[in-house]
Amino acid sequence: MTTTLVPYDEALTRYEPVLGIETHIELGTKSKMFCGCSTEFGAPPNTQVCPVCLGLPGSLPVTNQAAIEGIIKIGLALNCSIVEWCRFARKNYFYPDMPKNFQISQYDEPLCVDGHLDVEVDGETYRIEIERVHMEEDTGKSLHVGGATGRIQGADHSLVDYNRAGIPLVEIVTKPIVATGDKAPLVARAYATELRELVRALGVSDVRMEQGSMRCDVNVSLMPAGSSVWGTRSETKNVNSLRSVERSVRHEIERQAGVLDAGERVIQETRHFHEDTGTTTSGRSKEEAQDYRYFPEPDLVPMAPPREWVDELLTDRPELPAARRARVRAEWSLSDKELQDIVNAGALDLIEETVRAGAEASAARKWWMNELSRRATEQGVELTELPVTPADVVRVSALVAEGALNDKLARQVFDGVLAGEGTPDEVVEKRGLKIVSDEGELSTVIDEVIAGNPDIAEKIRGGKVAAAGALVGAVMKATRGQADAGRARELIIQKLTG
Amino acid sequence: MSTIKKTAAELAELFASGEASAEEIAREHLGRIRAVDGDVKAFLHVDEDNVLAQAQAVDARRAAGERLGPLAGVPIAHKDVFTTKDMPTTCSSKILEGWQPPYDATITARLREAGLVILGKTNMDEFAMGSSTENSAFGPTHNPWDLTKIPGGSSGGSSAAVASYQAPLATGTDTGGSIRQPAAVTGLVGMKPTYGGSSRYGVVAFASSLDTPGPMARTVLDAALLHEAFSGHDPMDSTSIDRPVPPVVEAARRADVEGLRIGVVKEFGGDGYQPGVLARFREAVELLESLGAKVVEVSCPHFGHALPAYYLIAPSECSSNLARFDAMRYGLRVGDDGTRSAEEVMALTRAEGFGPEVKRRIMLGTYALSSGYYDAYYGKAQQVRTLIARDFDAAFEQVDVLVSPTTPTTAFPIGERADDPMAMYLADLCTIPSNLAGNAAISVPCGLADEDRLPVGLQVMAPVLADDRTYRVAAAVERALQDRWGGPLLAQAPDLTEAVK
Repeated sequence: MTTTLVPYDEALTRYEPVLGIETHIELGTKSKMFCGCSTEFGAPPNTQVCPVCLGLPGSLPVTNQAAIEGIIKIGLALNCSIVEWCRFARKNYFYPDMPKNFQISQYDEPLCVDGHLDVEVDGETYRIEIERVHMEEDTGKSLHVGGATGRIQGADHSLVDYNRAGIPLVEIVTKPIVATGDKAPLVARAYATELRELVRALGVSDVRMEQGSMRCDVNVSLMPAGSSVWGTRSETKNVNSLRSVERSVRHEIERQAGVLDAGERVIQETRHFHEDTGTTTSGRSKEEAQDYRYFPEPDLVPMAPPREWVDELLTDRPELPAARRARVRAEWSLSDKELQDIVNAGALDLIEETVRAGAEASAARKWWMNELSRRATEQGVELTELPVTPADVVRVSALVAEGALNDKLARQVFDGVLAGEGTPDEVVEKRGLKIVSDEGELSTVIDEVIAGNPDIAEKIRGGKVAAAGALVGAVMKATRGQADAGRARELIIQKLTG
Repeated sequence: MSTIKKTAAELAELFASGEASAEEIAREHLGRIRAVDGDVKAFLHVDEDNVLAQAQAVDARRAAGERLGPLAGVPIAHKDVFTTKDMPTTCSSKILEGWQPPYDATITARLREAGLVILGKTNMDEFAMGSSTENSAFGPTHNPWDLTKIPGGSSGGSSAAVASYQAPLATGTDTGGSIRQPAAVTGLVGMKPTYGGSSRYGVVAFASSLDTPGPMARTVLDAALLHEAFSGHDPMDSTSIDRPVPPVVEAARRADVEGLRIGVVKEFGGDGYQPGVLARFREAVELLESLGAKVVEVSCPHFGHALPAYYLIAPSECSSNLARFDAMRYGLRVGDDGTRSAEEVMALTRAEGFGPEVKRRIMLGTYALSSGYYDAYYGKAQQVRTLIARDFDAAFEQVDVLVSPTTPTTAFPIGERADDPMAMYLADLCTIPSNLAGNAAISVPCGLADEDRLPVGLQVMAPVLADDRTYRVAAAVERALQDRWGGPLLAQAPDLTEAVK
């Protein structure tokens, strides 16, 4: 069945989207959820396994307290209540990458409930209500070999890597997100962004979407504008970047509007998002979904985090992103737009570190946001991936402040640092980048410039001091930028009018 | 000097004093296995070289001056449900035939550490589901008292091995009576510790919230010594209790019931109970009274619902626990000819690898957990479980221990109940409540039924973590009855080597 997409803006005139987002986050604990195996990413297949995470007969799980600490930190940061008592549950289904053919998860007794996270889109705050945050174990990873798509359809055989099996996974489920109108895709993206920042600030996961340590499933349904009866939802899986979160919502709105316009029914199903086309395709239909036969996990005693411990985790937590942004905005006297640009560029940590290391906030921001951001964009890398450190920026700023470099020279110093020529001081040394402040040398150059530009010199003599700029430019050119332009200007005017 | 009829305590003494080496003791038991196990069929796996190597290692440890446990040098038969890294572990199922685990169960490791010598792995009902050991994929085990009778189950290989002097001790697991019932019908002592008192790590799971490893022996003291040797907190088992092991050996030695309040469970008796069983039970109660105990009748009104609740909870858990046997990583694989999907191979393997009783319980459990049925079955059964635990709590406010027959009948003929699951399930009528409530319970021989001259067991139940109390009562009964009989009950069993000839 081919569906005609309805242009986004048109779709929004007739339909109101309702969203729901389920996010899985792998915790960065040293060991797995229920055994002592390492969680290190990228090890050779099936080298980080033991009887427990392989589900061998007779083996038993034992809960990793560091994971429980991690999920409680996330729950608290999302303003959830941490329940006094809850249990794990078994989710039963057969799949080769699941060693026990059940997943230890939580069902009707999640550890964290009823929270919220505020996100901002175009200056407006949206409160995303959190239904629950629960703990579970990750499955192994199947690799389907021999097919064109890497999917199981058409493959000759499949390989399974159980290194990932048993890695602690936190699932965060929102309540339905309503009344976002045409901002729905941006709100979804802002939520995923804010959640990622939050978890990163807590230090409990590296939240790298491209490595799968943060994965979003995005539910979208449409109801006719003005209605209060929700439509049937689709659940898009495989959404592996913040941009994809936004695009997948947008696409589902266009697709479902097309289905509804055609008088058809939206099917409740899981869909797969394709990065290349920005579209989704049908996966498993939920109507033929399995019965997971959840029941309380009898191999594990219930979780009952002591109140004092939870209070301690709340007291000891680091500054959260929203509070940090408010503080930085005030300390650095930024506008909302300037702050947003810094956050979007991923420069907040870098600038703050640079300031902490002794640079002026305005200088740190100027170098990171203008010069270095531009270069990161040119090279197609993240700002953090540039081979330049906050310490380098501090040093360059200091050299400029003391007059040893001007901005132009400073840019050349960064060229050198980025080219691997060493520290800023080493680059200055090697490239001979020093402002010419020797008056005698400068004076000689100025005399030559005056001699070479008699017309302009005449104008200045005649009182048109503004014309000095042209001569300053010539001086700078002659000194390959190493002259102190201000001093050169003073000398030129002095020589011609003094 | 033959060591095979000696108790574990006596053997340990011989070993400790240097009068016998572990190797000598092991060789004699291997000889006994060779002589009688062709008829009893208690063992699934015996590797003589491995046994002798273990025994020699224990002798070497003693020679090196190592301090060994109180049961060092004593041989033991190990139920095939415990993982052993040097022996196969099959749970008497075709689906695990030949599987050799890469790790030892905690109890296996503790036996080795204590210097016991593992003779081999014993037969059982497949995945511990049954009361006769007829559900083994590798054929039934025979009761040494009468080879045409069942040895109980599921730990029937263990009971038969100990009752036929192939081993002085055995391990068992008790999910609904699988230690106590086979002990009762073979004239042994069998103990189900408090749930969480003995580690389940490396015990292939049947029903996780019920499975309890425990000791089987010919005397109460031997059972207590083994209980103490392998019990205690295990950080690998989340449900393991982090408390000191109750003083069971001391209690078994103390063996007095003076002033103890004993409750006779009113609901266990009457229709369906063999007269000879009830007669021996009544005599045992009178005996306890004569020894100074105060006996009263106690009602546990919900015990009648224990069996149906059990047959929802245990199958539910088993349907999930046994899901892992799917041919993907270990064990049997059927139909993997390159044309079939993983799902098809899983289905074919499970169809061929599991026996009928295991399939029946997987299906029951799958149904009971299904959406729409969960509340009516699994949920309701859990409520019954709570009521049964409350019955125990109320009873233990009035009395120190409860007593009942261990089983309604003596050993029945092999084949008699094979096609009648309900009749088979009734064998565990009296033992199941303690599994549901998690409390301690023991079975101790109290004589032979008049009708068939087969052993009868007395069950003694005590509160959670009061395991020592069951040993105190059982030891008192054992001492008084042995005085009356002029020796152990097993001395009245036919001589197998004679019988075989």
